[in-house]
Amino acid sequence: MDIEIPYSVEERPDTGLTSPKLGIWLFLASEVMLFGSLFSSYVLLRSGAEFWPTQSDIVNIPLATLNTAVLISSSVTMVMAWASLKLNNFARYKLYMGLTFLAGVGFLVIKTIEYAEKFEHHYYPSTNNFIGIYFMLTGLHAIHVIGGMLVNGFLWGPGAKMWKTEPEKFVNRVEVAGLYWHFVDLVWIFLFPVLYLL
Amino acid sequence: MSHSHEDIHKTIRSYVMVFVALLILTGVTVGVSYIHLESIGERVALALVVAGIKASLVALIFMHLKAERSLIYYSLALTAVFLVVAFGLPLWTESDKIVGTTHKVWDAGVQVPAMPGHAEAAAGEHGEGH
Repeated sequence: MDIEIPYSVEERPDTGLTSPKLGIWLFLASEVMLFGSLFSSYVLLRSGAEFWPTQSDIVNIPLATLNTAVLISSSVTMVMAWASLKLNNFARYKLYMGLTFLAGVGFLVIKTIEYAEKFEHHYYPSTNNFIGIYFMLTGLHAIHVIGGMLVNGFLWGPGAKMWKTEPEKFVNRVEVAGLYWHFVDLVWIFLFPVLYLL
Repeated sequence: MSHSHEDIHKTIRSYVMVFVALLILTGVTVGVSYIHLESIGERVALALVVAGIKASLVALIFMHLKAERSLIYYSLALTAVFLVVAFGLPLWTESDKIVGTTHKVWDAGVQVPAMPGHAEAAAGEHGEGH
């Protein structure tokens, strides 16, 4: 059974958008609320606390800074992957998408080192409110990174066959995957100062 | 949207510039956190302003929000309203203090400092039986 999903290439006249593009933005809007409510909980927990630990004594700022650079770089390779397709350069696309995926792997490896360090110091989500919300927010973010990597990996590997049959649709898929991936980067841009530096 | 190759090359240049800007701003974020600012308010404001600039660059350039359809702007504007409420509620709660104490409503079970002028009475009765 092969159902043709309408408006995945041409824009829908009433929205002026392809449906996947509108869909991903609405999904990202719900993601804003998911992370937003957690950030808001953080504000409430911290401002209402009698005592709040010095965050920089607990977290690893150099590792998190490195991870920030890794994630920003992966956002750039992601847009370059899309731009390469726009320039009909499939080999360049494979290179940039591959790099984006590897940057995701790198981010998770660094995150694992960070978590292992926390457990070594016996810092668990139950230790205090800060460590609890630290694990909650960074963990949820890491799950989002994994989700993005699954999609990016698919578009790099088996999904890339579509370039031969329906190139325009494939370019749109890469763009939509990119929108999600940049959002994950965007969340980290706020997580980093809030959890590590303030 | 159709892009000519020339447009794409221009776009790629803007991506590279944003990349450099984001790395510099990350350096600024980390650097600023080592400057000893007296007030926590100043530190928070500074960190959030830099993060806001970085996020705007990502959204406008990488996510192509700079030139997007109005329907997406409307959806995001509505999201922004809800986000303000999500942050407004805890801040409102936070400002709702029991008059004459430094404590908040949910701390009512905690022993609160006596109000000025009632110190002697509080010392004698110690909370119970008001």
